[in-house]
Amino acid sequence: MTSDALTTTSLYKRTLLAGLWRENPVFRLLLGMCPTLAVTAAVKPALTMGLSVVFVLVCSNIVVSLMRNLLKPHLRILMFTLTIATFVTIADLFLKTFVPKMSETLGPYVPLIIVNCIIICRAEACASKNNVIISIIDALGMGAGFTLALCILAAIREFISTGAVMEIKVLPAWFVPWAVLSMPAGAFITLGLTLGLVNLISKKRA
Amino acid sequence: MDTLNILLMAFISIVLVNNLVLTKFLGICPYLGVSGRIDMAFGMGLAVTFVVTLSGTMTWMIDHWILMPMNLEVTRYVCYILVIAGAVQLVEMYMRKFSPSLYESFGIFLPLITTNCAILGLCLFINLWGIDNLPEAAVLSFGAGIGFTMAICIMAGIRENLNMADVPKCLRGAPITLITAGLLTLAFMGFAGMIK
Repeated sequence: MTSDALTTTSLYKRTLLAGLWRENPVFRLLLGMCPTLAVTAAVKPALTMGLSVVFVLVCSNIVVSLMRNLLKPHLRILMFTLTIATFVTIADLFLKTFVPKMSETLGPYVPLIIVNCIIICRAEACASKNNVIISIIDALGMGAGFTLALCILAAIREFISTGAVMEIKVLPAWFVPWAVLSMPAGAFITLGLTLGLVNLISKKRA
Repeated sequence: MDTLNILLMAFISIVLVNNLVLTKFLGICPYLGVSGRIDMAFGMGLAVTFVVTLSGTMTWMIDHWILMPMNLEVTRYVCYILVIAGAVQLVEMYMRKFSPSLYESFGIFLPLITTNCAILGLCLFINLWGIDNLPEAAVLSFGAGIGFTMAICIMAGIRENLNMADVPKCLRGAPITLITAGLLTLAFMGFAGMIK
């Protein structure tokens, strides 16, 4: 009995931690690239985006996991997208009401969570095969990994392009900001170099 | 003449200045995934152009003729995704029946287009920019497809040559593609002043 409980706990722990590094959705699985590039010009929008994705991911994983036995294979993807679209609408209305300024900054990238590959991937790979508890834990781990990745990229870009982090000035006034990092080109190049670095680190560890 | 001018400007702006892939980061997954070979990239581009033209126009019509008069804007996202999924299904069925060879060559790309953010993104941008006439919405949708095809084909051309270059090991694959995309975006920033 004790050993059984132990394996379940370790399974939960492993599922939770997988999203952070080993199967990090952004750095390792290359999922959800659009928001990763679009909202990482500064830390605050990146954090908002990450938390919205966590909310949608957890809710849709719960619903998909609950209806996993009722799904017809050929209608599966459509049901996933409709579930996700419903929760994204909730998240979008919430942001519009409580943080209207942030909602304006994020613009169409909030509704674009609907087609974020991470959420569909987790619905397909995890929630449609496992029970609710595992699905929630998986969603939390993946969501945390996504948020973490977004915040790391955003911190790098905001620091170099404005000399500030979370809008707090860090570097002295003589620092000339590299504006290009807050532009689209900077987004691509930062992500490319960060991915290269992640590859380098994981190879050293192996 | 004036209308024609506006439509032409809209087309140029969506293809070059506001290119969905390079400035709005939409459709990055196929941009990284299918840009290995030019012929595949071109096939993907054509499929996307077809679906985006259809769904961009249709979502505009649904938005303006059904949702807005009935004050149902809350259901907008759900409707959009249904239209896109429906359009993809329609294209798939039509092609399987009338041009099986083309259908074969598209293969897995067609169903994947449902989750291509370029399509949903364009529908959302048309809504956001407040486009209020049908021709402009249709031109923007078509132009978005052309812009996507152009970006993915350029990328495929570069990557075919990149295969022969000696890239550091840890940068091979996705990282070097992203860095290349960044340089390409820098080049496209030159178009930014063209349209106010």
